[in-house]
Amino acid sequence: MKSIVQNVLEKYNSDATRLMDILIDVQEDQGYLPPPVLAEIAETLDISEVDVLQTVSFYHFFSTEPRGKYSVYLNDSVVAEMMGRAKIAEAFEREAGCKFGEVTEDELIGLFDTPCIGMNDQEPAAIINGVIFTELTAFRVKEIVNGMRAGLSVEELRAQSLGDGMNASESLHSTVDNNIHKTGAVIFSDYDPGEALAAISKESLSPEQVIERVKASGVRGRGGAGFPTALKWEFCRKAKGEKHYVFCNADEGEPGTFKDRVILTERPNLVLDGMTVAGYAIGATEGILYLRYEYRYLRDYLEKILADMRAAGQLGKNAGDIKGFDFDIRLQFGAGAYVCGEESALIESAEGKRGEPRDRPPFPVEKGFLGMPTIVNNVETLCQAAKVVVKGADWYRTLGTSQSTGTKVLSVSGDCKFPGVYEIEWGFSVNDILNMVGAETGEVQAVQVGGPSGSCIASNEFSRILSYEDLATGGSLIIIGERHDLLKVVVYNFIDFFAKESCGSCSTCRALTMMYRKTLEKILAGHGKRSDVQAMLDWVPIALASRCGLGHTAPNPIVSTIKNFRHLYEGRIVNADETFESSFDLETSVAEANRTVGRKL
Amino acid sequence: MDKKIVATTSLAGCFGCHMSVLDIDERILDLIELVEFNKSPIDDIKTFTKHCDIGIVEGGCATSENVHVLKEFRKNCSTLIALGECAIMGGLPALRNNIPITECLEEAYLNGLTTKDNNPDRILPNDEEIPMMLDRVYPIRELVKVDFFLPGCPPTADLIWNALTALILGKEMDLPYEVIRYD
Repeated sequence: MKSIVQNVLEKYNSDATRLMDILIDVQEDQGYLPPPVLAEIAETLDISEVDVLQTVSFYHFFSTEPRGKYSVYLNDSVVAEMMGRAKIAEAFEREAGCKFGEVTEDELIGLFDTPCIGMNDQEPAAIINGVIFTELTAFRVKEIVNGMRAGLSVEELRAQSLGDGMNASESLHSTVDNNIHKTGAVIFSDYDPGEALAAISKESLSPEQVIERVKASGVRGRGGAGFPTALKWEFCRKAKGEKHYVFCNADEGEPGTFKDRVILTERPNLVLDGMTVAGYAIGATEGILYLRYEYRYLRDYLEKILADMRAAGQLGKNAGDIKGFDFDIRLQFGAGAYVCGEESALIESAEGKRGEPRDRPPFPVEKGFLGMPTIVNNVETLCQAAKVVVKGADWYRTLGTSQSTGTKVLSVSGDCKFPGVYEIEWGFSVNDILNMVGAETGEVQAVQVGGPSGSCIASNEFSRILSYEDLATGGSLIIIGERHDLLKVVVYNFIDFFAKESCGSCSTCRALTMMYRKTLEKILAGHGKRSDVQAMLDWVPIALASRCGLGHTAPNPIVSTIKNFRHLYEGRIVNADETFESSFDLETSVAEANRTVGRKL
Repeated sequence: MDKKIVATTSLAGCFGCHMSVLDIDERILDLIELVEFNKSPIDDIKTFTKHCDIGIVEGGCATSENVHVLKEFRKNCSTLIALGECAIMGGLPALRNNIPITECLEEAYLNGLTTKDNNPDRILPNDEEIPMMLDRVYPIRELVKVDFFLPGCPPTADLIWNALTALILGKEMDLPYEVIRYD
């Protein structure tokens, strides 16, 4: 009989570029990746063991040691903290009898921290063996751990009513909620599967005409950077290469954003048709939907939809009845790494490597996946483009503002009555949105726009307009009430997140994220100096020497709060002496050595 | 022009940076036209006898005595320079920073190859004349404000010369790429 490892390798034709899939499948079977298994994988793929190990060590869901029959990954994002994560963590430790970062002695339960899992509107939440558990309470934790001891399956442990919308469907069967509080004209409106392709075939649109239409609509990238979508497609179409590739970026890792999860749940066909339209426009035959591992629970659901699309002729040979257009889509999962949301890192990861960003140029549109011209578009961008193809650029331009056309899906979480997903036209102010989501103005201390890499704004900026020309955002809004200590709870969490998620490739990012964290710790401990605050501003140009956006934006949580909440920093500066550091204490630092040699101070 | 007064010291360093100061060769004759040395191993003055314009510190802080000397330097020098890797980052001595100090002491005096059979009474040095060991080696900026950092292991003689003369004469520092080397 063949080993499970050999079966998995065979399933992926022993193709080393599919290493991520191979490792994920083996780990899901074995619970972890024992070194002899890695050696076996390396030998069959004809790559070195170190190549396998460096990929394994990059992603935090991979482990070379057992992580328990039940592996609990409890979200430690800032909103989880705001919603009482500490009590839940305590309950897990008490009930399981081990600390976070450890596995119980009987190897039954492992407890681990994990950054934002895209459930900010239903925190505290955890992933246990790939299944999402939301709105945890200390009582539920007790029940769950008891269930683990009784040997229940993860599905049995869940014992919670199913979520709203398609979450309750048979192939998804999840307790996650969509919490769509406002639908809009583009994404959460009626859409028939295959409609975008039908439009192309009915109007006999050439790929160039599709690009023209998208260009006329003014659709820009919804991931945050706002690059004109049609321009990206045009560059890629013109680039020479044996094959062209379409990637849909569903590696939604920016803490506070969860809209892609909801779009993939409620409008999967719009996303997948968007990929197909893009594939037609750039001349691709293959599309890859890259999902973060946190969304693994969507796999069977999406696979079923892909199968239905193939059966309906929307994928495959002459896809969507467009003669000579062959196109198919496959899923690709990551394994836990924020930086993979950066397009070149995402491509590296899809090739089975560490998700380290590439040097650019060349940009992916010229040399992307396997060295071929590739576009990487956000989930929402592809939906917007597909709708433009169906309903036309003129219709689309009636939505939003002149520079920011169309709608934007927001992920709203934190201190408000109705956290969840809202599709609005571009052009509303932050105040409008606070009113819309039931946040009491006057009780809002700050709004974090665009996640940790975005900016933290105070009430004097709440009249700013959400749009590419004023306050651009990938869609995450975290509302922070007056009751929270902004520096300790929010800013520290964000900078700690960047320090942990830096891939370490650029020394500027690797070192600076640690320096920012350490300096903030110093200020929080009451040892800060005025010059420390200034130094953190002075480091920004150095951060910009990093290769990718993570390194560039990592100082933002601190820099934007120094700009907008300077009094919070200055209020903590008690050390007036700039010449000596009060954080150094001789007595403490010699204590251990003196104890060891038996000496009194 | 009055001569600037300069003090130097080596804390947890190897004196390599001081050797590099001497590597300015015959320019030392120009230097003594510009400066007067106070507390320094170069003239063997042990304690500060007056306030200094420039203090040059080699090495990080590994012991209570290093801390004491460093604080004296900060008090007595208007401008403080961290000279070389150890002063700036802790350098080689800081390799012990990931090992608890107790383990370091036990390895050095009880379990090491050269000590384990030669220390029958298992003595760990604790005479009060000996400085106390810190839990880790600290770069000097973690204790005091540092005005300038001159990198290298050791910094090149040209770097030291260029920086010092610029500082003394109030000129802009001439730091071409070749001068900033790390070995």
